[in-house]
Amino acid sequence: MTDILMPALSPTMTEGTLAKWLKKVGDEVKSGDVIAEIETDKATMEVEAVDEGTLTEILVAEGTEGVAVNAVIARLNGGSEAAQPAPAPKAEAPAPAAPARPQKTAATAREPVEKEWGATKTMTVREALREAMVAEMRADKDVFLMGEEVAQYQGAYKISQGMLDEFGPRRVIDTPITEHGFTGMAVGAAMNGLKPILEFMTFNFAMQAIDQIINSAAKTLYMSGGQMGASIVFRGPNGAAARVGAQHSQCFASWYAHCPGLKVVAPWSAADAKGLLRAAIRDPNPVIFLENEILYGHSFEVPEDEDFILPIGKAKVEREGSDVTIISFSIMVDTALKAAEVLAEQGISAEVINLRTIRPLDIETIAASVKKTSRVVSLEEGWPFAGIGAEIIAVVTEHCFDWLDAPPARVAGVDVPMPYAANLEKLALPQPDWVVDAVKKLF
Amino acid sequence: MAASPDRARKTTAKKPASAMDRDELLDAYGHMLLIRRFEEKAGQLYGMGLIAGFCHLYIGQEAVVIGMQHCLKDGDEVITSYRDHGHMLATGMDPKGVMAELTGRSGGYSRGKGGSMHMFSKEKGFFGGHGIVGAQVSLGTGIAFSNWYRQNDSVCLTYYGEGASNQGQVYESYNLASLMKLPVVFIIENNRYAMGTSVERATASTDLSHNGQPWGMPSLAVDGMDVLAVKAAGELAVAHCRAGKGPFLLEMKTYRYRGHSMSDPAKYRTREEVQKMRAEHDCLDSAKKKLEELGVSEAELKTLDDNIKARVQAAAEFAQASPEPDPAELYTDVLVEG
Repeated sequence: MTDILMPALSPTMTEGTLAKWLKKVGDEVKSGDVIAEIETDKATMEVEAVDEGTLTEILVAEGTEGVAVNAVIARLNGGSEAAQPAPAPKAEAPAPAAPARPQKTAATAREPVEKEWGATKTMTVREALREAMVAEMRADKDVFLMGEEVAQYQGAYKISQGMLDEFGPRRVIDTPITEHGFTGMAVGAAMNGLKPILEFMTFNFAMQAIDQIINSAAKTLYMSGGQMGASIVFRGPNGAAARVGAQHSQCFASWYAHCPGLKVVAPWSAADAKGLLRAAIRDPNPVIFLENEILYGHSFEVPEDEDFILPIGKAKVEREGSDVTIISFSIMVDTALKAAEVLAEQGISAEVINLRTIRPLDIETIAASVKKTSRVVSLEEGWPFAGIGAEIIAVVTEHCFDWLDAPPARVAGVDVPMPYAANLEKLALPQPDWVVDAVKKLF
Repeated sequence: MAASPDRARKTTAKKPASAMDRDELLDAYGHMLLIRRFEEKAGQLYGMGLIAGFCHLYIGQEAVVIGMQHCLKDGDEVITSYRDHGHMLATGMDPKGVMAELTGRSGGYSRGKGGSMHMFSKEKGFFGGHGIVGAQVSLGTGIAFSNWYRQNDSVCLTYYGEGASNQGQVYESYNLASLMKLPVVFIIENNRYAMGTSVERATASTDLSHNGQPWGMPSLAVDGMDVLAVKAAGELAVAHCRAGKGPFLLEMKTYRYRGHSMSDPAKYRTREEVQKMRAEHDCLDSAKKKLEELGVSEAELKTLDDNIKARVQAAAEFAQASPEPDPAELYTDVLVEG
């Protein structure tokens, strides 16, 4: 008689849920058979039998929560005395003699990319953006904020509230409604060594100025052989807000990400917003900083450390999973996390990647995840054609082709200008169930 | 027709007084001649296939940039369009580095990656070299903004053609500069043709010196073929900016002898018109005549001419001898690393 014990998924795991029995009493079990699934709050794993025999007894019913590690969950007869099923996360399954494709990599294989910043406080994305600008303007007198209504009005979305009082009218500057002109002016100031933060009331209006962003800001360093560039941040809300119609509801991520000479950042949480905006302001290159109006009022935990900053170019795994990778950015990270919840209820463990930076794209984090899960869905609010999803899927295909169990899938906004009507707008923007459906088609 | 000095008329600014002594005029003449000879050589190298792509020659307009440069001091800035070789030489950039950029060689100011339209020199305060018509006007306003922000007394000269003067962002820049009192001299080089479209066919109001009036910007129309008139007007404009009084607009009435770029059908103006301008209004001829009146000898002028020819020849030789950029250069300078 051999006892089968509750395995530990990680050194810190003390208990878990016995989600499902895949064998019943009386079944013959061979070495390597998956006999059960267990879950923690982070992941699902399969319990494989090590020894052969007949399952004689199931001591813990499926669905039982809080099962202690090393508790006896079942008994097997006919095995050797040493029989003990090893915890066998999917990722560590023994390789077949002649693998048809590369091994999935272990969940623990990735290096942590983010420094531990200690204690946090709750704040909105709006406050986080303001704190980032204030901190950088206090530290560097070449940094200034310019845009429509940033000063006396206190910001069209109140991002710059109070900044005029602290920094005065030479560093917090209201402009007329003249995007082409003031964008060129800001880029010229940057070419002469200042570090402007240029706020667009929304990125839709930056289209009036896109020539200066691409032709002047992004290309000058190259055209000058490295002599002269532009350390400048172009920031403001991007993408759909709510019920504002076609001209005010567009995602520009793929427009800017297309262009060498630019960095493109799209924060989701308040920590993203603060840490990445500080990095963007310090960056010697032009940075497109795509915010989201709906997220401005959302609250998150943000490290209190006054040096808190995040690296541009590093994605974050917001939720670990083993069956599918959902890759998203900005407000769609919310949608991805909601979809992952629903999928978990259905027994599918989804990993959610928050890109944080669109360009340069963190291919390393994407590839590590997809090699682990073997399935990938990209999720964005913008249009599908030549979108960020197209790029992600190209990258995944190039880097992870042999690991894929299903064709990469993308979920994107519907390929139409944004409608005004509430029902139509909802139909145009990705919803969690779109992601759930897309994921389930991969299995 | 380009304006004669008596047509340079007051709009909202005082009429300038003329001023260059013998030595200064000789210096100005030498620099105008350098541009003329440099551009002739560039045209020649283009014909030999050593320069490619776009090549917009400045021949005929030399007095504008040289007269204005004589109004500047260290720390002032210059920005212009794609017809930029003259401006670079005026700021003191090395003809060798400019010519080697035209031939796309590693010895060029942008190491061969910019070309005729895209050269820069932080050291000389030259901010390019811009290929998008009118874009340099907002950029120049921003360079002036940085002077305002730093509260120094530097002035940015922002050059553009009469064609660019129809661009929306040019008017946006007039407004911004006037509103914020930025130290920028807007200099319209009105050479009468935007490619092949004459100013009369492009602009409903052909007196471009009026363009600053809605914003209360002082402005002058200037005989841009006369380096003395240019300098006199430039002194007024630059002093106005340096004093913190805001922008100033100068319409330089000038003329280009060559085509818009190298392939120009020349169907939009008559040969006689070009010949008449060269014969009656050439900036080098009039400056030379004044120098002779001031007692500069033929021999002195000949020596100057020989020195300039030698400098241009050396630049041409350097531009052909300088190696092409290393293939690895393809990937450098896209982003500042680190």
